[in-house]
Amino acid sequence: MDILISLSDPALLLTIVVCTLYGSLIGALPGLSATMAVALLVPFTFYMDPVQAITAIVATTSTAIFAGDISGALLRIPGTPASAAYVADSATIAHNGRPRTVLFVDLFTSAAGGIIGVIVLSLATPMLARFATNFSSYEMFWLAALGLSCAVFVAGASPPKTFASLFIGLAIACVGIDVAVGMPRYTFGFYDLFDGVDFISAMIGFFALTELFRAAVERDGIGKAVLPTVVEPVRRAIADGWKISCAHWKHVLRSSPVGVIIGVLPGAGSDVAAWVTYALSRKLSKTPEKYGNGHMEGIIDAGSSNNAAVAGAWTPALVFGIPGDSVTAIAIGVLMMKGLAPGPDIFERSGDVVYTLFGAFLLSNVIMVFTGGIAILLASQLLRMPRRLLMPLILGLSLIGGFAVMNSVFSIWIIIALGVLGYLMILGGIPIAPAILGVVLGKTLEQNFMTSMIKSQGEFLPFFSRDISMVLGVATILIWGLCLLQGVRTIISPGPASKNEENPT
Amino acid sequence: MKKTAFAAVAIVATALSSTAFAACEWKPERPVTLIVPWGAGGTTDLNSRQMATLLQQHFGVPFNVVNRTGGNGVTGHTAISQSRPDGYTIGAASVEINTMHWFGLTPLTYTDITPIALINQPAASVLVAKDSEFQTIGQILDHARANPGELTASGTSLGGIWHLALAGMLNAEGLDPQAIRWVPSQGSASALQELLAGGVDMVTPSLDEGKALIDAGEVRAVSYMSDKPSEFAPDVPLTATELESGWTLAAYTTISGPADLPEEITCSYEAAIQDIVASPEWAAFRQSLGAPVVWGDAAQLSALMTSYDESLGGTIKAIGMAKEQ
Repeated sequence: MDILISLSDPALLLTIVVCTLYGSLIGALPGLSATMAVALLVPFTFYMDPVQAITAIVATTSTAIFAGDISGALLRIPGTPASAAYVADSATIAHNGRPRTVLFVDLFTSAAGGIIGVIVLSLATPMLARFATNFSSYEMFWLAALGLSCAVFVAGASPPKTFASLFIGLAIACVGIDVAVGMPRYTFGFYDLFDGVDFISAMIGFFALTELFRAAVERDGIGKAVLPTVVEPVRRAIADGWKISCAHWKHVLRSSPVGVIIGVLPGAGSDVAAWVTYALSRKLSKTPEKYGNGHMEGIIDAGSSNNAAVAGAWTPALVFGIPGDSVTAIAIGVLMMKGLAPGPDIFERSGDVVYTLFGAFLLSNVIMVFTGGIAILLASQLLRMPRRLLMPLILGLSLIGGFAVMNSVFSIWIIIALGVLGYLMILGGIPIAPAILGVVLGKTLEQNFMTSMIKSQGEFLPFFSRDISMVLGVATILIWGLCLLQGVRTIISPGPASKNEENPT
Repeated sequence: MKKTAFAAVAIVATALSSTAFAACEWKPERPVTLIVPWGAGGTTDLNSRQMATLLQQHFGVPFNVVNRTGGNGVTGHTAISQSRPDGYTIGAASVEINTMHWFGLTPLTYTDITPIALINQPAASVLVAKDSEFQTIGQILDHARANPGELTASGTSLGGIWHLALAGMLNAEGLDPQAIRWVPSQGSASALQELLAGGVDMVTPSLDEGKALIDAGEVRAVSYMSDKPSEFAPDVPLTATELESGWTLAAYTTISGPADLPEEITCSYEAAIQDIVASPEWAAFRQSLGAPVVWGDAAQLSALMTSYDESLGGTIKAIGMAKEQ
């Protein structure tokens, strides 16, 4: 009862409304990520009471992760890394004259994913947190390896081109000081490269700049081929969006729990959740050939799971003070400052606050449907803007976003270099998405591999000696083996490749 | 005219030596940038942001926190050092200013910044999992002496301050600094995760970073690398009394200015920060972090940096990681 009263506090509701609007804005701007939105929020939380402060963070993150899809669909530039997995699909649908429909589908399923995430969180937080503490570097290595394998399932291009893209991403991930021996690699003496190429810079460069180059080169009616030109009426978009979302309830229901679990694991957040569920969705689908060419299924699966992962990431943060992603890393600081030290007894100690937090989480996802709707309507007006005005605007925003990553002009040069590389890749027919996955997971993979090797003093056996690591390791190798087998079979007997039924989890 | 100006300077100089307040009249008139060399959400960042908020109240102009991350702290510290010394850029320099030049990462040393005030000094600790066989630091050291290379520890990157805490302790106790193998991690949080998952035998972050897990009973604090007991865990044995060498090690966070920051500006900031650190708001904030209020003025900080530079340099040489710059 107390919880309901504190939830109906007008100040709290106002906080949620303001923060969902703020989250939509930051999320929709290419290059400004959910993490940055939260970091900018921290000084304001000093003046809030604990519930309000946490609610503000929760509401901002949920909407920012959804809003990343807005620029993804309208401009083919994902607003946050979590939207990169299915940007080809949503942009294609938008281009075919249904930008608002795809965004409303996205909004409804994102909210549903978020709500499922909260429900799982409120029921199973201590249990999930306990599960997460079993993950050492061995398990994380296999998980990263599995995540990278998703690139093969996700990309619509031929395997050689997919691998080329993946390895470009992994090569970029090699830049910087390596965690194991502290040796700077490929830094050419620039201090700014010591921390490597941030994945946000990579995203802005690969998606935003590449798209701008493409628009600039296609002379006749700048960017005509890139941006959607027809916008359907609002009422039809909402009705269709609702219908499509309801028809795919099974997808939401199966992908959200996967998203929660990935969110719970240390170091893997909504971006990895989106990739894994998209790959799973494609693997399980009856029509895998449609993925990447404007298919709703992948958007629904990945779109709901990345919002569910937002909730999952709070589990280890609340119970053990170990952040599940970069947003909760900041949130832990705020929690501590508000006298809410994380710990397994947080439910007994501050039960009211924690359950109010879950309530606020739920409420944020509901209110997001309305504020997100407003954001969609406002954003789709952008498409009426003359292209020659819109494109420089995007360029400006992208460069600001890039600057904000390190507060240094150097990151703008990184972005421009990657933009040129991305454009060359597109000219060569190499897909961009796997490269982003390589940048995101490359460091995780290497760090956990090196840490494991140092722990085991060069032995490979320990990679399989723990329960979970053995299961993950065997599953990964099995999937790789089956892929190879399939490849060999297609070479030997050209014809329709046989479908294999296994899935990575 | 020139003569009177010279005389005025002379008077100010004499006044300065008698009462420090006379020359501390400088006040910022436009927004000030506070550079933090580490990422948002970390201990340095939290302390700096709170300090910025209170400085803003004190001076009545905005204090903007800018996270200049990168290069294991090199980027941010270089930015602090090379800013214009006009008082409109200050920074949260940390203990890494005393280590990174020894690794050959940068020619930048503590003499290239102007120390203003010490605001945080968290001491390292030795934490083990709740079911670990080790009860005391003595048992761990005996085991490492008998079985060099068998035990593993984590807490930060290779050569990070918590690594130096462990290696320095081993070295001071007459063991090989590599008798306990260091497993690099991205930070204290991922090291604690490894400890919980059974991936390493111990971690050596600051005691407050392990507070949540100590309170939860998931990890045990075996030792605290300080000569004063911790406020929230006063029962944790101190290395200063337990170990023969009396080894202690703490990281630190400062507010510092660029090289050649004028004395007038330095002492004005010093006085302002001293007021803030003594305020109830700061005390409440530190309490919420589970850390005590720490204060050191510019002269004390300068002495601290000098002595740290020598002792940490010795440790880094002992573990064979020193490089000529």
